[in-house]
Amino acid sequence: MEKFEKLAGVAAPMPLVNIDTDMIIPKVFLKTIKRSGLGVNLFDEMRYDREGNEKPDFVLNKPQYRNAKILVAGDNFGCGSSREHAPWAIADFGIKCVISTSFADIFYNNCFKNGILPLVLPEDEVDTLMKDAEKGANAFIEVDLENQTIVSSDGEIFRFEVDPFKKHCLLNGLDDIGLTMEKENHITAYEAKASQQFPWA
Amino acid sequence: MSTPKTLYDKIWNAHIVHSDPDGTCLLYIDRHLVHEVTSPQAFEGLRLSGRKVRAPEKTIAVPDHNVPTTENRDDGIDNEESRIQVEALDKNAKDFGVNYYPVSDIRQGIVHIVGPEQGWTLPGMTVVCGDSHTATHGAFGALAHGIGTSEVEHVLATQTLIQKKSKNMKVEITGKLMPGVTAKDITLAVIGETGTAGGTGYVIEYCGQAIRELSMEGRMTVCNMAIEGGARAGLIAPDEKTYEYCKGRPHSPKGSSWEMALAYWKTLFSDEDAAFDKIVNIKGEDIAPLVTWGTSPEDVLPITAAVPDPESFSGGKVEAVRRSLEYMGLQAGQKLSEIEIDTVFIGSCTNGRIEDLRAASEILKGKKIKKGMRAMVVPGSGLVRMQAEEEGIAEIFREAGFEWRLAGCSMCLAMNPDQLEEGERCASTSNRNFEGRQGYRGRTHLVSPAMAAAAAITGKLTDVREIQ
Repeated sequence: MEKFEKLAGVAAPMPLVNIDTDMIIPKVFLKTIKRSGLGVNLFDEMRYDREGNEKPDFVLNKPQYRNAKILVAGDNFGCGSSREHAPWAIADFGIKCVISTSFADIFYNNCFKNGILPLVLPEDEVDTLMKDAEKGANAFIEVDLENQTIVSSDGEIFRFEVDPFKKHCLLNGLDDIGLTMEKENHITAYEAKASQQFPWA
Repeated sequence: MSTPKTLYDKIWNAHIVHSDPDGTCLLYIDRHLVHEVTSPQAFEGLRLSGRKVRAPEKTIAVPDHNVPTTENRDDGIDNEESRIQVEALDKNAKDFGVNYYPVSDIRQGIVHIVGPEQGWTLPGMTVVCGDSHTATHGAFGALAHGIGTSEVEHVLATQTLIQKKSKNMKVEITGKLMPGVTAKDITLAVIGETGTAGGTGYVIEYCGQAIRELSMEGRMTVCNMAIEGGARAGLIAPDEKTYEYCKGRPHSPKGSSWEMALAYWKTLFSDEDAAFDKIVNIKGEDIAPLVTWGTSPEDVLPITAAVPDPESFSGGKVEAVRRSLEYMGLQAGQKLSEIEIDTVFIGSCTNGRIEDLRAASEILKGKKIKKGMRAMVVPGSGLVRMQAEEEGIAEIFREAGFEWRLAGCSMCLAMNPDQLEEGERCASTSNRNFEGRQGYRGRTHLVSPAMAAAAAITGKLTDVREIQ
């Protein structure tokens, strides 16, 4: 996995609440057996008309947001299905950080497995960053994972919280499976105990 | 004396393989359910790193999302991408030696219906699947939740998950349900109360008289939609109904092993005085037959109500409601019972079990669906379909004018050919009314099976109590 250390870029504003994973990546794109190449279909039904033409009003089609690296979104972002295609599409588009007041649980976890940092901030801070994002191409937002800070385009600094283990994995681009494999003796010991205690399981 | 524990605490503690000082735990997984959409990249990951499936005997795979539900499906899947995905699961199941129910098997069906039906899902277990509706299995007092594909690969390789514990929420439904009110209405009522983000960070335990009085099928419906309320999982403590359901299933324990399991299952309840971080109380008597009017499961009201005014909401929800009313083609103030529909879908992991089909057929008996209505019933598994045929339910559906289909996820998420056309409006027993969920620009109203049957007859959203 790619390491996440610092990120500076334009943030795209999407104030809509309850943006669900069907919006992020509609099911027709779930038929792939690969992880890559989904960025072009990110927010497909909001982004293109039925003929595949871009809808000019959609935020990521506007010239100033076409290379956005950050998304500032309304509450409960990523609700709905467990499809990891959602973070795959976001990362493939080039967005590496999503900021909201809350995220759906499975989506939130999936982000960390794909080098994306989902950040939960209080409502007033998200509002400030949303306004910042609305300024467009001149408004660079900086995210520093090591120091757990976000700097708005006006230089205002916000602190964010992140689980220490998840932070460690993201900073170092660590693969969870490799880490768990190091605990194999614990797994084997658990299995031996469970086979006595719960032989039916 | 030890600290009183919730049911969730007990299951969690019994599965800790390793815990770090910061609370990050490695949790053992007893059952890993797999379907064709969220697993191909995970199996590919195993191949690339030369890893095996650690516990193939605890891994159960079944294709459900992409499979056609028409009688001719043994001829193959027309859509190339869908066919490739199902064929990939065929191959992965064979190569890695996991339990498998292929499309041709009578036991095939929606993964969350097959698991309990075959006795894979049992009380006190941890159950995961690359599918958010894994919450369904919580009905057995199993800790069950959806995971992403990276985690699917992690479980395949290690039979564990890296987890942090969620908070405990108790949702108590007291008293009795009124006639015409079902498990679906309970679960929608809870989401209406808490909102779709209200459960974020929690595992919900549902309890109270109205929950106890539900059948196992009804309890699965309630837990199935815990995820729509944002919760990691939903749980219901096992009782005599649970044991009765599990007994004699192909993969449930037998003989002395059964006795041992039963003794353990009887310890699976929240201790008196166990602490919950959040408590929600709803009176069973206050729940009416419900329908959704918007594009989020929290957009739910009694069938006797009217479409709300966006201005009656606050914050970001005002704009969201405005958007959803435009998408749904509805006006504020319009009576829900006057909304005309053209499609009815009965099925899904929420409401595709035998009891759901019985409830709908009760309403349909001796009646015809409205002329021009497209109505489809998709049993949750081949065995549910067979049982419904034996009970004469299939015949009631057919005579009423319903299409009687083969098992799969079908129009719940429309990955197979069962889809809404642009602008079509459906009364659906599924779980999500998101934009485009049942087909590009299709419109979904979530209802119970009985309400769906009533709507099929009248051609509009209908109060089932007026039909009965």
